[in-house]
Amino acid sequence: MTTDTGLYQELILEHDRERHGHGLRDGGAAESHQRNPVCGDEVTLRLHVEGDRVADVSWQGSGCAISMASASVLHDVVVGLSLDELGERIELFRETMRSKGRQPIDEDLFGDAVALSGVSKFPARVKCALLSWMAAEHALDSVRAA
Amino acid sequence: MSSTAAPLTEAELAAIRSDFPQLGEIVQGHPLVYLDSGATSLKPRQVLDAERRFAETRTAAVHRGAHTLAAEATEDYEDARMRVARFIGARDDELVWTSNATEAVNLVAHAIGNASLGRGGAAAERFRIGPGDEIVATEQEHHANLIPWQELAARTGATFRWIRTHDDGTLDLGHAAEVIGERTRIVAFSHVSNVVGLENPVAELVALARAAGALVLLDACQSAPHLPLDVKALDVDFAVLSGHKMLAPTGIGALYGRRELLRDLPPFLTGGSMITTVTMEGADFLPPPQRFEAGTQRISQAVAFAAAVDYLDAVGMERIAAHEAALGARLAARLAEQPDVRLIGPADSPHRVGLAAFTIGTVHAHDVGQLLDEQGIAVRVGHHCAQPLHRRLGVTATARASAYLYTTPAEVDALVDGLDAVRRVFGGR
Repeated sequence: MTTDTGLYQELILEHDRERHGHGLRDGGAAESHQRNPVCGDEVTLRLHVEGDRVADVSWQGSGCAISMASASVLHDVVVGLSLDELGERIELFRETMRSKGRQPIDEDLFGDAVALSGVSKFPARVKCALLSWMAAEHALDSVRAA
Repeated sequence: MSSTAAPLTEAELAAIRSDFPQLGEIVQGHPLVYLDSGATSLKPRQVLDAERRFAETRTAAVHRGAHTLAAEATEDYEDARMRVARFIGARDDELVWTSNATEAVNLVAHAIGNASLGRGGAAAERFRIGPGDEIVATEQEHHANLIPWQELAARTGATFRWIRTHDDGTLDLGHAAEVIGERTRIVAFSHVSNVVGLENPVAELVALARAAGALVLLDACQSAPHLPLDVKALDVDFAVLSGHKMLAPTGIGALYGRRELLRDLPPFLTGGSMITTVTMEGADFLPPPQRFEAGTQRISQAVAFAAAVDYLDAVGMERIAAHEAALGARLAARLAEQPDVRLIGPADSPHRVGLAAFTIGTVHAHDVGQLLDEQGIAVRVGHHCAQPLHRRLGVTATARASAYLYTTPAEVDALVDGLDAVRRVFGGR
C-alpha cells in the first residue's frame, strides 16, 4: 500500500523486510560503521572488491524502514559497478536526496531506489536514506587510500 | 498526581486553546494534534504579546545606562525574575537567568569545578571535590543532567556513580540507598523523567542526600511546567528550569540556588555585568544573581518567561496538574490495552504526568512518528536525549506523546487510534 505522502511504498517495505545483502561476509576490502545520533540507527557495511569492481556489499544494521530499505537497495544497485562508478552513483544519490523533490531518481541508474523518491521531500528523513550510502562512501575512501 | 483540584472543564479548555494560535495550524491536511509539549510547548498570545511589547517599546540594555528606557528595561527584567522566582517558591535573589536548563546544570557543574581549583576562596571550600568524592546521578537522566556530571568527575578526579532503574524504567530506591553514602557530594536527578513520565520520589532521595551531607540538584524541566513546584518544600539546593517547555520562548531558562550556596559559589561565565572592580591583575564579582549573568542578557525572553508563569498561575497549577494527570492516565491506559504496544513505565501509576513513551511491534519509532505525522499528529521519536535509559529498557528508540494544559482527551484518542495506520503499513510487525 502507499500512504498519503508516498513515503512507504510497497517496494520500500519489501526491501525493509528482505534486506538484500544483509549479514556481514568475510573478506571485505574495507568496512565502515555509520550511526545517526538522532535516532540511534546504525549500519556497518563492507565493500568487497575484485580488481576494479564491486564484487559484493555486505551489511548489518538496525533502524527505520527507510534506512534499512535504502541499504538493501544500495546492495542491488552497486554490486558489479566499477569503483569510479560507485563513487559517482553515491554522489548522484546524495544530490537527489538533498534536492527537496526537485531532482527525480534515474530508474536506469538506480533501479528500486526510485521508490525512495518521496524521501527527498522530508528533510528529517534524508539522513535515514543516506546512512548506508555514507558508509559505502567511507568504505570506498578507505579502499582508495589503501 | 494525587491532586484534589478539579480538572479543567470543556469550556475552560476551549478558552485556553483559543489563546494558542498554533493550535489552528493544518499539518499534512489535518488539524494539528500537538503531542510534543515535552520537547517544547506551544506559546499563548499573552506571552508572544509580552515579548513583542517589550521589544517595541522598552528595548534597552539592563543594569547600565542612565536613560529612562534603560531604567524601565531593568525594572521589567528584575520584575520578571521576581515573578518566576515566586512561581517556584524561591526568593528573587535565588533565581539566575540562563539560556536553557542545560546551561543551568553546566553553570553549577563548572562553578563547582572552579571551586575545586581553589577559585572562590575560603567561602567556596564547601564545594571542593576531588579524588575519593562521588557525584551521583540516575540512569533515567536526560543527557543535560548526566554529561555535565561525568565531565565534572573527569576534571576533578571525583567518581561518577549512578542509581539504576528497575526494568520498567522507574528508579530503584534500594539501589539509591546503596549508592548514596558518606563519599557522596552531589546528587542530581530529575523530578519527572522525560521518558518514563512519572514524578520521582524527591523526598526519599533528598533524605538520602541530606544524610550523606550531599548537595541536591533537581532537574525540574518536566515538572515545573506541569505540577505545582515549591523548591523550599522539596528542600533541594539547586533546581533547573527550561522556559520554552513552559510557554516561554526559546533561549531562556533559569537556575534556582539556595541563597547561601549562590553566595559562596564562584562564577562560571565571566565578563561584563558581573563585576564590581576590575584591574589588570584580576576582578571582584557582584553578589548573586548578577555574578552568574555575564554579558548582555536575554531581556525580552525573561519578560516573556514572566508572562508565561503569570498565564500558568491564572489557570492554576493544581488544576493544570489535575487536567494532565487525567490525560496521562487515559494515554497510559489506552496504550497499555493495545496488545502490540509496549508502554514505558507502569500503566496505572498515580505519579504519571501527561506523558507516555511507547513502542509498537518491532516498528522503528521514526516510522511510527512519520505515519502519525501523516495524520497531523506530532509526537517525539528517538532516544529523547536519554540513551542510557533506552539501553536499559532494551530499545534504541521510542515514540513519546506528551500533553499540556491545552491538550484534549480527543487528541489522546486520536494518537491511539492513529496507530492503526502503523499496523496497516507494517502489517502487524
